[in-house]
Amino acid sequence: MLEVNGLVKRFGGFTAVNNVSFRVDQGEILGLIGPNGSGKSTIFNMLSGTLAPTSGSILFAGHEIAGLAPHRIINRGIGRTFQIPRPFRRLTIFENVALAGFYGQGRRSRIKAEEAAERSLAMVGLPTDRHASVDGLGAAGLKKLELAKALATAPKLLLADESLGGLDEAEMDQAADMLRNIRDELGVTIIWVEHIMGVLMRVVDRVMVLDHGEKISEGLPSAVAGDPRVIEVYLGTDAETTQAAAAEARRRAGG
Amino acid sequence: MMGRGRLAAWGLGLAALAALPFVYRDPYHLHILVLILIWSFAYTSWSMMGRFGLVSLGHGGFMGIGAYVTALLWNHLGLSPWIGIPISMAAAGALALIVGYPCFRFRITGHYFVLVTLALSGIVLQVITATRDYTGGSLGYTPNRTSGNKLLALQFDDKTTWYLIALAVWLFGIVVWHWVDRSMARYALEAISEDEDAAAAAGVDVTAEKLKITLLSALMTALAGAIYCQYQMFITPDTVSGIAVSLQMVFAAIVGGLFVSLGPTVGAIITILLAETLRIGFGTQAVGWDNLVYGVLLVLFIIFLPKGILGSLLDRLKPQRKVPRAHEQEAVQVVRPGA
Repeated sequence: MLEVNGLVKRFGGFTAVNNVSFRVDQGEILGLIGPNGSGKSTIFNMLSGTLAPTSGSILFAGHEIAGLAPHRIINRGIGRTFQIPRPFRRLTIFENVALAGFYGQGRRSRIKAEEAAERSLAMVGLPTDRHASVDGLGAAGLKKLELAKALATAPKLLLADESLGGLDEAEMDQAADMLRNIRDELGVTIIWVEHIMGVLMRVVDRVMVLDHGEKISEGLPSAVAGDPRVIEVYLGTDAETTQAAAAEARRRAGG
Repeated sequence: MMGRGRLAAWGLGLAALAALPFVYRDPYHLHILVLILIWSFAYTSWSMMGRFGLVSLGHGGFMGIGAYVTALLWNHLGLSPWIGIPISMAAAGALALIVGYPCFRFRITGHYFVLVTLALSGIVLQVITATRDYTGGSLGYTPNRTSGNKLLALQFDDKTTWYLIALAVWLFGIVVWHWVDRSMARYALEAISEDEDAAAAAGVDVTAEKLKITLLSALMTALAGAIYCQYQMFITPDTVSGIAVSLQMVFAAIVGGLFVSLGPTVGAIITILLAETLRIGFGTQAVGWDNLVYGVLLVLFIIFLPKGILGSLLDRLKPQRKVPRAHEQEAVQVVRPGA
């Protein structure tokens, strides 16, 4: 459903993303990992329209979307969350999500937007009470709100940016399950950027690893977790736990 | 949603306002009321943008265009204000789009946006002053008195008619304010005022939404200028355009309350009464004092009462709306898992 070819982004003399190509299939969860500054967020920003690529093509459902404005890309079915939650504090929780439901689905109907908001809030486990204020939410709540906003736009492809940073372990598991549910129940394809390998490896179908703006590895979680280059540039001492998580995931998938 | 009680209160208040000139006929007081209503409409128009952080100092320009274009078309081409006013509004709207589009497209926000609009006010004032062969320059301009149909010329001698016109225009402004307030556009504009990128990520066309509210605000402000001109039958560049008028709009809207529909109206009552008190109490000695008072009050309000007089008052009166805190929401989830 998504086909990226030769994607390049330069900021002046600095190449943030260098000739990256990949594809994501319908219904897949692709993990996108790599050290800080490896170009993950830049790729997300290009996929969502926040940044225009220097060169390369992004085909979504057969149409070229590289360089389109963010609101157009969302209306074609790519939703995103931000690494650091960006709620609108002057709106209530419900209004935040209803806004995304209205504008993210091409401003069709306010009633439909409010229904979408209720569904999305229920899906992520936030209160659907119309007067609840964003100020009452903690770190986990804000991340759920971020996800609910993205879901309300009725995405076919969800770009989830480091959804778990700052959560405790139970919350992390809950959030990981939620992403899986979103895929299983709503049929949403997901690209997931995440630093916490143990959780990521259990959920994703495939992993792509970036370093210095280049793709250095791609494949099944178990294969990537054992790739010496990936261990060297990224996993380091986490390699064992990551491999264990990937192995466990494979066992579960196999059994 | 507006409750039944509130609707009834509005209805009663409006009926009383509409009946007023038939009961109370003191021309001076009616004159003050007409001024308050017209300026309230102008301030309300400004606040449509201002409440979303789009602080424009260019609205003096829009108001000036509304007043001067209408008067010039009447005097030079004999065009009735019924046609002249829409033309003047279109001109102000076009100018708003020409200035607004590059600002919004290239993300000129905050202080820089204020500066661009400040220049707009200055330019309109300069153009009016410089084309004195047509506009009378800083000496001012008077629409020709009609000898024919007064309705066609939109010129009336009695205060009651003007009071009713001003009341209708003011009410129109309030209705539009509420219409925007209840629309999805309000959500989008609140979101844009906080975080443009996040708003865009929610699917909002940031440039288009900002342009729409700017256009609406400019059109209404031009209408205010035209109505003011038709009522006073005398305009000068300084009373309907320029930076001073723009600042006065900012002042009145903030002092009255930016986030409530009647806030700018309260602001207009204060500014007009202040100006009149100074004029009557001190005469020509006090020229410009009102601006001094505005300046000092503006600083004090922004620091101590940012919601304005009416906004803060309503906050006080309103029963505290219960906002579930984080721990309460967690409790809800424990009770209703998966809710």
